[in-house]
Amino acid sequence: MTLPAIFFYLFASVTVASGLMVISSKNAVHSVLFLILAFVNAAGLFVLMGAEFLAMILVVVYVGAVAVLFMFVTMMLDVDYAELREGFLQYLPVGVLVGLVMLAELVLVVGGWTAAGSLPVTQARAPIPTDVTNAEAIGRVLYTDYLLLFQAAGLVLLTAMIGAIVLTLRERRLDVKRQDITVQNTRRPSEAIEVVTPPTGQGIAEGGGVR
Amino acid sequence: METFLHVLLILVQSVALLVALLVFIAYILLADRKVWAAVQMRRGPNVVGPFGLLQSFADLLKFVLKEPVIPAGSNKIVFLLAPLATCFLALAAWAVIPLADGWAIADLNVGVLYVFAISSLGVYGVIMGGWASNSKYPFLSALRAAAQMVSYEVSIGFVIITVLLCVGSLNLSDIVRAQDTGLGLLGWYWLPLFPMFVIFFISALAETNRPPFDLVEAESELVAGFMTEYGSTPYLLFMLGEYVAILTMCSLTTILFLGGWLSPIPFIPFTWVPGVIWFVLKMSLVFFMFAMVKAFVPRYRYDQLMRLGWKVFLPISLFMVVAVAGVLQFTGWAPG
Repeated sequence: MTLPAIFFYLFASVTVASGLMVISSKNAVHSVLFLILAFVNAAGLFVLMGAEFLAMILVVVYVGAVAVLFMFVTMMLDVDYAELREGFLQYLPVGVLVGLVMLAELVLVVGGWTAAGSLPVTQARAPIPTDVTNAEAIGRVLYTDYLLLFQAAGLVLLTAMIGAIVLTLRERRLDVKRQDITVQNTRRPSEAIEVVTPPTGQGIAEGGGVR
Repeated sequence: METFLHVLLILVQSVALLVALLVFIAYILLADRKVWAAVQMRRGPNVVGPFGLLQSFADLLKFVLKEPVIPAGSNKIVFLLAPLATCFLALAAWAVIPLADGWAIADLNVGVLYVFAISSLGVYGVIMGGWASNSKYPFLSALRAAAQMVSYEVSIGFVIITVLLCVGSLNLSDIVRAQDTGLGLLGWYWLPLFPMFVIFFISALAETNRPPFDLVEAESELVAGFMTEYGSTPYLLFMLGEYVAILTMCSLTTILFLGGWLSPIPFIPFTWVPGVIWFVLKMSLVFFMFAMVKAFVPRYRYDQLMRLGWKVFLPISLFMVVAVAGVLQFTGWAPG
């Protein structure tokens, strides 16, 4: 067995195993940790395919940012797992049905390549360009060939982001004292401090009261 | 046979780098404490060995020989996994760092992205450690760490993008070579991209939880933060991982802005000096700045930290990306 093959089976089996652990582990935080393991191994698979740029972006975006937020939320959840598991049998038939439909679809799609010889099956992949680097090839596809679609996708994401902000925005209470950094930074000693030289034994009574 | 020799060569290189790095860390740790002491007019560690030169090794022995204590209520596997993850990830980043021309163990095409990805994983050690300790202060610290490190990664990402726009490659060695303009010191990117250099330096402080952004382990609020429940070797691994991550950030600053292994003065006697010496000197200079900042800047409050990251650095760096891209496009200086 060659070295890439060994690594392929290593990454692939760990990805599948940790994927299983994500849905079967009892602790939600452990689930997220296994999800991270699955992401990292998927990145390893990308590297084996020669898509090192995608692999790194997968790690930066999904592991470095998205999974951190997942973890952030699941850590703070106070879930009673016994209660959660109560309705398990109740939802089982629906779950099994959805699973079966998904499985059937996957079999149809994957089996279509070999089983349906007469059907014109178009393989959904572009040839990997050999003359340019990974990043350049992806950049060419995203920013030159499909610029409009890319920007449309960006607009959809922007809308979703604004929606999330609007949903969580609360009215600010007006009676709360807030800091204004510019005001603080423009304060000068002359307006903030007053130097007094009280005469000995008399104190500073003028202005009413002790300062 | 050839594959085996190749793997063996990589193994030998990795071990050599690891040993050199760990010895360097031992002295950088001492230097950190000495600088801090000097600013406060103290002597710092000066008992073990001449001028305290063996202090770090004494500390190492002390940590290793102590009994590790694992809290009964903790999640034991994750508790022990956290320091290991911190240390492993911090060391893994060094695989692609070119110490001199062609001196990287793996000269990846996407080297800078690799370092960025690995350093963004560093937050997991903190989160896992804080959560697994099953204790209030470590948990608060983990929450702070998650928000802080994710925030500052954004501005670091934009700073890296501006440099990449000027270089036209994601390879770390290519980034250094692009700064070899024959002008020496003045041809490096710190000068044309000075605002980004400052932002990168400050974000690197926040990303590595160095003072003044060490809110993750703010002792006046959180005891020792996520490390509260740790002792002996696990604590040592956290500490080691932290300092390796700091050195990674120093070397990244050196590569992106200070011309990596290039000589600052492009004349004959200086260009004879091996590149690795220049690299280590520049890295030490950046670390000296890290140490000085620790000594004389008071700690930020958490909301000030968030404001600085999202309301100051993010707009400035975003604007700079657009400005640099525009300048490169319209002057025709854009590479390739």
